[in-house]
Amino acid sequence: MSILINKDSKVVTQGITGKTGQFHTHHSKSYANGENCYVAGVTPKKGGQVVEGIPVFDTVKEAKQETHCDVSVIYVPPPFAAAAIDEAVDAEIGVIICITEGIPVKDMIRTRDRMKESNSILIGPNCPGLITPEELKIGIMPGYIHQKGRIGVVSRSGTLTYEVVDQLTKLGLGQSTCVGIGGDPVNGLKHLDVMKMFNDDPDTDAVVMCGEIGGTDEEECAEWIAANMNKPVVGFIAGVTAPEGKRMGHAGAIIAGGKGTADEKIKALEAAGVRVTRNPSHMGAFMKEALS
Amino acid sequence: MKIHEYQGKDILREYGVAVPEGIACFSIGDATKAAESLGGAKWVVKAQIHAGGRGKGGGVKVADTLDEVKQFAGEILGMNLVTHQTGAEGQIVKRLLVEEGASIKEELYVGLVVDRASQQVVFMASSEGGTEIETVAEETPEKIHKAFIDPKVGLTIAQASTLSSAIGIPSNLTDQAVSLFQSLYQVFWDKDASLAEINPLIITNDERVMALDAKFNFDDNALYRHKELVELRDLDEEDPAEVEADKYGLNYISLDGTIGCLVNGAGLAMATMDIIKLYGASPANFLDVGGGATSEQVTEAFKLMLRNQNLKAILVNIFGGIMRCDVIAEGLVNAAREVSLSVPLVVRLEGTNVEKGREILTQSGIAITNATTMADAAEKVAAAAGV
Repeated sequence: MSILINKDSKVVTQGITGKTGQFHTHHSKSYANGENCYVAGVTPKKGGQVVEGIPVFDTVKEAKQETHCDVSVIYVPPPFAAAAIDEAVDAEIGVIICITEGIPVKDMIRTRDRMKESNSILIGPNCPGLITPEELKIGIMPGYIHQKGRIGVVSRSGTLTYEVVDQLTKLGLGQSTCVGIGGDPVNGLKHLDVMKMFNDDPDTDAVVMCGEIGGTDEEECAEWIAANMNKPVVGFIAGVTAPEGKRMGHAGAIIAGGKGTADEKIKALEAAGVRVTRNPSHMGAFMKEALS
Repeated sequence: MKIHEYQGKDILREYGVAVPEGIACFSIGDATKAAESLGGAKWVVKAQIHAGGRGKGGGVKVADTLDEVKQFAGEILGMNLVTHQTGAEGQIVKRLLVEEGASIKEELYVGLVVDRASQQVVFMASSEGGTEIETVAEETPEKIHKAFIDPKVGLTIAQASTLSSAIGIPSNLTDQAVSLFQSLYQVFWDKDASLAEINPLIITNDERVMALDAKFNFDDNALYRHKELVELRDLDEEDPAEVEADKYGLNYISLDGTIGCLVNGAGLAMATMDIIKLYGASPANFLDVGGGATSEQVTEAFKLMLRNQNLKAILVNIFGGIMRCDVIAEGLVNAAREVSLSVPLVVRLEGTNVEKGREILTQSGIAITNATTMADAAEKVAAAAGV
C-alpha cells in the first residue's frame, strides 16, 4: 500500500498540450506503471488530439466520463491554474495535484473556499508532485532516485525532497510515498494531513518531514505528532539563516512580524519528539538511527 | 511589491477612504509650494521610504510655519533614514509627502493580511494605534480584534460594526468606520494586496474617521493583472542586485556573509545557506536559479555574486533532476570562463548524469573543487574562504 496514489490510479494531465505538461507526462508515463496510469489529457479546444499516445479532451468532465480518471495533475499557466483546479473539483476528481508555480493568492483563496463543499483532495500548488516508487510518478521529480520501501516523505520543497530521497535510497531506505505539498501560502494538503495518512498507512514505518520558514503548519503538525503519532519522525527545517521580511524564493517562505522562524518550528518539533537535524546532509542518517 | 504611503493614500482616496490632503514632493521648493497650496496653519512633512518606523528615525516632522516646512524638507530630503526595518545601512530619502496637519483625538489601528491557517483574509483592528502592531500582539494580544472574511461576501456590515465598537469607536461614528473598513477591504481584494495597514487610523477632534498612514504590500504573482500598480514601483527602494537578478529570472537576496551560493530550488537554497553557517562560514546571498537554468542565467548569477565586495568563495549546489548534471556542468564552465572567476569555487553536483557532470568540471582546467555531499561542500567552501 501507499498513500494517495498507486499503480492502479488513473491520471488525467490538465494542460497536456503545453510544453511543460507534455514533457513531464512523457517522463511520468515511462516510469513504472505509468503506461497504464496516464489515461487522459485535457486542454480546452484541443479535444480529439492525441499527445504522448494519450487522448486529449476539452474538459475534465468528459475525460472522466470516457476514461474514469480519478487523479488530475495540473501544468496550466498561473493565470488559469486556479480555474483548472476548480474544473477538476467540479468533475469530482478525487486527488488533484497542481504543479504550477506563481498562482495569485487571491485565486487560491477563492478556490480553497469552493473546495469546502467538495471531497476532492488538493496537493500543491507550486509543488513537485508525488510519487509512489516503482508504481507511479505524478510530477516533475527524477524517478530513478527513488526506491520502493517503507519511509514516507513530506516536504514543502522540490529539490530538497530529492536531496532527502537520494540520501534515503543510498542508505537502502526505500520510500512508501513522497509528497511535495508545495511552497505557497494558501495550498491544499498540509504537513499535518499527510502525516495522518502516513500514520494510518500499514506500509509506512517512519516519516521524514522537510519544512521551511513561514506560516505555522509545522507547529500544528508537531502538536498532532505529540498526541497521536505512533511512528518515528525525522525532521529538517530550512531557513535558520533566512532574514526577516524577505521572501525566500517560495511565495510562502517568509518570516513576517517575527513569526514563522525556523527556530520556532524546530523547537516545536523537538518538543513533539521529532528527531530534528540541523544538518541537511544528515536527514537520511537520522532516519537510519531512528529505525535502529 | 511595496508602494509609498502617498501612493497608498491615492488608492484609498479613489475608494472613498478619508485621508488628509497631501502632495508628494521631490524637492524643497516642491515642499513649500505644496504647503502653500494646502493652506492651513499646520503641516506634516513625511519621508517617503518603503520601510516602517519613519517617525522614530526622524523622518516625520510637524511644521507650524512655512519656514519650518522648508527647514524640515531640507533636513529630511537626502537624509539616510535608519529605522528598525531598514537595517543599519538605512535608506536615502528621495521623496516627501507634505500633508495638512490633522487634529488627533484617538489613534487606532486597522490592518488586513491573508491568514494561512484559515485560508481567508483577516481584518485586524486595535485600539492601540500608533505603536507597532507586533508589540501589541506580543504584550496585549487581547487588544487585537479579528474578523475572518468570507471571500464570497466580503467584509459584512455586521463584522465591521462589531470591530468598530470593539476598538472603542463611539457609536455616532460607526457608520463612518464601517464604510472605511469595507472600502479598505475592497482595496485589499481588488488590488491583490498581501498586506494593508492603517496605523494610525485616527478620530479627529471634529469627529472624522481618517487614515493617517497607508502601508500596502501586493502579491507579486498577481502583478500581471495590475499594470496600474506596476507603474508605482520605485526601484530606488529596492536592492540593485535583486532588481538585476529579477531581469534574468533569478531569485536573489543579498545577505551579509562572505560565501556566495548558487542553488536550484528555494528549499535547497535555504538549506545550503544553513549548512554554510553550520560549518562556520556565512552566506553572502540566497540565490535560486530555478528548475531549468540556462547557461546565460548561470553566467549572470556569477556576475551578481561577484559584485559583492565581501565575497570570499562561491558554493554551487545543484541537485539535477530533470535538469541533467552534464548540462549544468557545461553551463558552469562557460560561466566561470566568461566572468574570469576571482574567488575559489566549490561545486557539488548530484542527480542525473552526475559522473559525466563532474568529469566535465575536472577536465575544464578551471580551478573547481568538486564536492560530494552538502556537508562536504560546506566544509570545503569554508576552508577555501579561510574561515
